[in-house]
Amino acid sequence: MNRRENLKLLFTGTLASGLLLTNCDPKDKVEDYSPRIAGGTPGARTAEEIAYDQRLLSEVFFTDEERKKLNVLVDIIMPAGENGVSATDVDVPDFIEFMMKDYPPFQTPMRGGLMWLDNYSDDTYGKKFLALSESERMEVIDLIAWPDKAPAELAGAVNFFNILRNLTCTGYFTTEKGFQYMGYKGNTPNVWDGVPDEVLKKHGFEYPEKYKDLYLKPEERGTVAQWDEEGNLIG
Amino acid sequence: MSFEIKSSGEAYDVIIVGSGAGGGMASKILSEAGLSVAVLEAGQDFDPAKEEDRTQLRPPWESPRRGSGTRVRPFGDFDQAIGGWDIEGEPYTKAPGTQFDWFRSRMVGGRTNHWGRISLRFGPNDFKRKSIDGLGDDWPIGYDDLKPYYDKVDKLIGVFGSKEGIYNEPDGFFLPPLKPRLHELYAMKGAKKANVPMIPSRLSMLTRPINNERGVCFFCNQCNRACQAYADFSSGSVLLKPAMEKGKVDLYTFAMVRAVTTDDSGKATGVSYINKVDMQEYKLRARAVVLGASACETARIMMNSKSKSHPNGVGNSSGMVGRYVHDSTGADRMGILPDLVDRERYNEDGVGGMHVYTPWWLDNKKLDFARGYHIEYWGGMAMPSYGTGFAMDTMRKYLKDEFGNPSPNGGYGEGLKKDIRRLYGTTLGMSGRGESIPQYSNYCEIDNKVVDKYGIPVLKFHYKWTDQEIKQAKHMQDTFEEILTEAGAILMGTKPGADTLYGLATPGRIIHEVGTTRMGKDPNTSVLNSNCQAHDCDNLFVVDAGPFVSQADKNPTWTIMALAWRTCDYIVEEFKKKNI
Repeated sequence: MNRRENLKLLFTGTLASGLLLTNCDPKDKVEDYSPRIAGGTPGARTAEEIAYDQRLLSEVFFTDEERKKLNVLVDIIMPAGENGVSATDVDVPDFIEFMMKDYPPFQTPMRGGLMWLDNYSDDTYGKKFLALSESERMEVIDLIAWPDKAPAELAGAVNFFNILRNLTCTGYFTTEKGFQYMGYKGNTPNVWDGVPDEVLKKHGFEYPEKYKDLYLKPEERGTVAQWDEEGNLIG
Repeated sequence: MSFEIKSSGEAYDVIIVGSGAGGGMASKILSEAGLSVAVLEAGQDFDPAKEEDRTQLRPPWESPRRGSGTRVRPFGDFDQAIGGWDIEGEPYTKAPGTQFDWFRSRMVGGRTNHWGRISLRFGPNDFKRKSIDGLGDDWPIGYDDLKPYYDKVDKLIGVFGSKEGIYNEPDGFFLPPLKPRLHELYAMKGAKKANVPMIPSRLSMLTRPINNERGVCFFCNQCNRACQAYADFSSGSVLLKPAMEKGKVDLYTFAMVRAVTTDDSGKATGVSYINKVDMQEYKLRARAVVLGASACETARIMMNSKSKSHPNGVGNSSGMVGRYVHDSTGADRMGILPDLVDRERYNEDGVGGMHVYTPWWLDNKKLDFARGYHIEYWGGMAMPSYGTGFAMDTMRKYLKDEFGNPSPNGGYGEGLKKDIRRLYGTTLGMSGRGESIPQYSNYCEIDNKVVDKYGIPVLKFHYKWTDQEIKQAKHMQDTFEEILTEAGAILMGTKPGADTLYGLATPGRIIHEVGTTRMGKDPNTSVLNSNCQAHDCDNLFVVDAGPFVSQADKNPTWTIMALAWRTCDYIVEEFKKKNI
């Protein structure tokens, strides 16, 4: 395989387009962000892995009732807000549904926590969680959402909400919209040439003089390396 | 139950068991010398340049679990080490009161597909530890014996770094190193105040090309997924596949080797293996057998190769096979850098590993433990993946509002969303990886009570850390705290204390297990001679980390390859002299 073929390979990557070449055809640069959940994870899967993913994807954990509660809860945790994208907008409940089956220790605290919401609402307001007014709902959530202030006897419900918060946040930020909100800039065409100058200055750093001539020079990264007998780079 | 044992008529010059760092190197050197070679790999074929095998450059939403680990891929759903600590149908056991976790990778290239590419030479002292501190044993060879091979490995495979002139951290033929990232500059600031050196990393990614066959690094930070441009070192892409293109090399995948077969004179005649696809046993014949199955798997094969001429297993007349297994020590700590809250966004991917590290810098004569450790650093604006946004029930308090009040832990809503964004890329982590003292009493043996699903008796581990490793971990924790604090970080969690052995990782967890078939001059206390040839079987060789007498505070891969190359040169000579 020569270098040219090698570079061509890069274009098979969904995000690799245009990473190295400047003289490529823009038509080749089709970025494919479509969710691939339906088929399970791609890339050198064993037969067992494929069967496992397919089995999980074919099973349903949450009941319709639980799913309704989940939809409300994830949007409380990650609402549309400034960027206009809520957790349900980026299918966080589908991700949580999958994780329940992929990591079974989540199941009981999650199911029990969703049940607790109804039990508590019923005891306190005489109706189930989904039937509460918005302000009543938030009274319930505020009881369990702040671990340092929550009453000790609600530790189980706090734990449920911690798990739910973790999964909702991670489900949110591991989407294309989540990347955009986070401002993640990686996995795009680049040659690492250090921290941008203005950032370096702002944080009060300079690159050590000793290594300045040694660091990779972007313009030389096409040249095949050659050394003298002492191991000094000469070409 | 009886099963058919099939025999292939054709004999090879050499059978190589395993396609990782050692097996891959052997396939290249032996086939280039004109020998016919069979490589047996217990897992599946793998080539990261093939679209169907590619996980590189895939965003987390292409995984239904957003990249979280699985039983088969504990380091994440996109990680390219197929296997893990707990492989279905391939158990191992541990003696009561002892611990060992065994990581295996069942695929072409083995664990080289996902490793950290930390490519350090052992130094002159690392071969002569007993002479220095009286513990363990000296190697039968020294740095000068391996230096020419390290040089060749550098040029063949490519490693970036800087010439430093540190006696026990020998320089090599380096590609240009990379400028540190921002969190690494903070670490350097802290290390400088703590009088701890930091130098450019030595990693085997191509910052510049070394030939026209492999691509150059394009900085995606995902070397653990194996590189489709072959810009990092994986044994399959860099050694085995070129060997197959140029030489007489047959690759057998899904071939689980059970035993080395021997004749009445005690010579190796080939191997017996189970084909995992049809679950039949087969035999292959060869004039020499080279084991590179990984230190523990190689020991297992040798101990399971019992015959009249080798009643304790081939190579095991001394009873030393499996003895002295040892892993690197490991401990970690993490902090948050308040200076990085709300940091500027830019592409910080770099290579898939740290750009700077700390080699061992102290004199053990002035310390209460015998061997050193190096320090790895991590952090930065990595691709959000499973785990991003976790732990806000404990981490949110590290953020302060405009009036200087800490945010409350936990919560929900737009404020939480913003706080996760503010905290992104603010962590600075440190990991110590050190040298342990090999012990006769730490070993693996065959557990006669348990077989795997191929009917092969499994390994039973006996392993306990000694005070040497525990004191070293304590020193690591003190160092981590000092550097993190001097860097301006807020330490997270509590400092691991004596109750947790100072956070010392369980043996096996650092995945640097070595020493099970150690080299030595005395056939009564070692398995292999200084050419990695079995003392009691002239045509049996080991090319993985089994021959290591001691592990050094460095990652083993570069030494596995230098040693394998040297061993293969010897094998070729022996073929030429018709000794094999």
